Amino acid sequence: MSKRKPIHAVEELRNVATDYYQKLDRASKDPFQKVAWCSSVGPAELLLAFDFKVYYPENHTAMLGSSRIANKYIPVAVAQGYSPEICSYLTSDIGAFLMKETPLTKAYRVEEVPKPDVLVYNTNQCRDIQEWFAFYARTFNVPLLGIHSPKNIEEINQSHINYVEEQLKQMSDSLEKISGNDFEKKKLEETVHLSLETSNLWTEVLETAIVVPSPFTFFDGCIHMLPAVVLRGEQISVDYYRLLSQELEERVENGVAAVENEKYRLYWDGMPIWGKLRVNSEQFLELRACVVASTYCNSWIFSDLNPQVPFSSMAKAYTGLFINRSESSKEKYLQEMTKKYQIDGIIFHNARTCPYNSNTSYGMPKRIEEQTEVPNLVIDADLNDLNVYSEEQTKTNIEAFIEQLAGI
Amino acid sequence: MSHNSLFAGIDVGSSFTKVVLLDPAKNIYGSDIRFSGTNLRIAAEHGLHTALQHNNLDSRIKRIVATGFGRKNVVIDNQNISAITEISCNAKAAQFYYPNKALSIIDIGGQDTKIIKTRDGKRISFKMNRKCAAGTGMFLEELALKLRVQPTDLNSLASESSNPNSISSYCTVFAATEILSRIREGAALEDMVRGAFHSVVKRVMEIDVLENEVVLTGGVIAHNPTIVEIFEEELGRSVFVPPFPQLFVALGAALYALEEGTSI
Ligand code: SF4
Repeated sequence: MSKRKPIHAVEELRNVATDYYQKLDRASKDPFQKVAWCSSVGPAELLLAFDFKVYYPENHTAMLGSSRIANKYIPVAVAQGYSPEICSYLTSDIGAFLMKETPLTKAYRVEEVPKPDVLVYNTNQCRDIQEWFAFYARTFNVPLLGIHSPKNIEEINQSHINYVEEQLKQMSDSLEKISGNDFEKKKLEETVHLSLETSNLWTEVLETAIVVPSPFTFFDGCIHMLPAVVLRGEQISVDYYRLLSQELEERVENGVAAVENEKYRLYWDGMPIWGKLRVNSEQFLELRACVVASTYCNSWIFSDLNPQVPFSSMAKAYTGLFINRSESSKEKYLQEMTKKYQIDGIIFHNARTCPYNSNTSYGMPKRIEEQTEVPNLVIDADLNDLNVYSEEQTKTNIEAFIEQLAGI
Repeated sequence: MSHNSLFAGIDVGSSFTKVVLLDPAKNIYGSDIRFSGTNLRIAAEHGLHTALQHNNLDSRIKRIVATGFGRKNVVIDNQNISAITEISCNAKAAQFYYPNKALSIIDIGGQDTKIIKTRDGKRISFKMNRKCAAGTGMFLEELALKLRVQPTDLNSLASESSNPNSISSYCTVFAATEILSRIREGAALEDMVRGAFHSVVKRVMEIDVLENEVVLTGGVIAHNPTIVEIFEEELGRSVFVPPFPQLFVALGAALYALEEGTSI
């Protein structure tokens, strides 16, 4: 059986992650340092411009998922009245908090999640994020600030941008008071600039997979996306992606394929099944199928950021995200991606507890198949809740899908 | 290749293990159906032996293809075994019986139900029921248990009714409770069972659109021909049912074995 090829930069990634969480821990204990919690596609640049240390609960809960302990915590939140049908990121995270446990201890020697001075979300991704953060705002008795984005956008227009820009400016006023720091435009320009650089380099990394055979898989992306999520707006993420991009370029030059003898190129729509990343990636490897691109990893590309107009460009970049778009606009995107990456088949992950990242509820797979003539497969699973995942059924479905592509 | 050669398809399902042996002319030489039990390897071994009519003919087997839930568990001494999913095997058998037809194949199994589509001799899509027993054999088994009748009696009960009593519950557990309480209120058992069959058909028809010719296969169809009738009522057209619906997937596997065995 062929083996996954380790990416050497992963060593550096470990250092980056350890450093990030340990700094947060120190900030949490330092009375002069403020900590903000931010949703994964929230206005991080603004928080950084006020010198907050920024913590992302979504990364924390994905760790609960990937270490397959989420199901220990979900029932704890459910017993508090949170439905098992809502976001399992939320239920696992709140459950772990109530049990006073965190995977940060084992991974980074950090005893507890950092205490927030403010929580900031953007509803561009979903409604659950607001409820999730509201729990912590009540628990810690700290302010909760939100951007309420217009939803299901076909084409983004000036009125969408103005609406969000205005909210960002109001948020800036509140953050000034909470942080005790004056707003400095220069600082915001700088963080937006660094975010844009991160985004551009992350794009470069993801686009190395356009090459046949691809040097990089979606499963690698799920691991290496960490700096793009939690350290955008900081120099460290820029440095990291330079390193990773260089390694992947070398792979391309030397014809090194992530999947030995790559035969099929697949696209993954929806979230990863965090607790099954390894199982899924090994199965594709065995089937000589490379998942070369995904909606998920591409969600942290913010090409519309522009340091010269920080507020309006943040409004545009964060409102125009895939997850926040209309069905037809998402379909156009998927059509482009299937062409750009020479996709043979699409996997739609229908995540039971995240309808926002699952594009299977309004007939899209059928329409996409008609539009692109690329066959697709829907798998029913979840991001964190493994109780709704059937390994046997998923494996058989994937295997049968590859047999279909092979014409067996 | 000698005309004595045999090619085996072993379908290790979650409830039953099915074996089909084909000769080079694609005639069925032998077959077997047995409970899969907990030791899938033994079920496959014993099934194969029975299909060989307990003769010591192992040396005549030129190739084995294993399929179904336990396809990776099949180990037979001195035999090279490849594994192909039940979805492909289903389509293979359908192409054998109904060549050159665009098909929607419905396989109602013990724990899952699939709709597989073929066109121009190629499989173009497949869909499985979501993770729920509604629309599978399990639903009927659960029902039989609650009604204290044998699962094999359900078909004759349903066939005696011309007035199906429709069931509103989707969930297997709730549906069984609903049926029991309706019977207590005076509904006829036969009408309730036929209603339950209708519910299975409805669930299946939600999985995908049934285009072109429809083929019905699998254990549930083999034991409950009334379900075929109901499908035809609902679709307003006749459907195909192959000669041995429960062996259909194993036959597909045997056809693959024949192909593999003759191409080497
Ligand atoms: S987008 Fe989905 S996974 Fe993310 S917070 Fe919202 S519901 Fe949860």
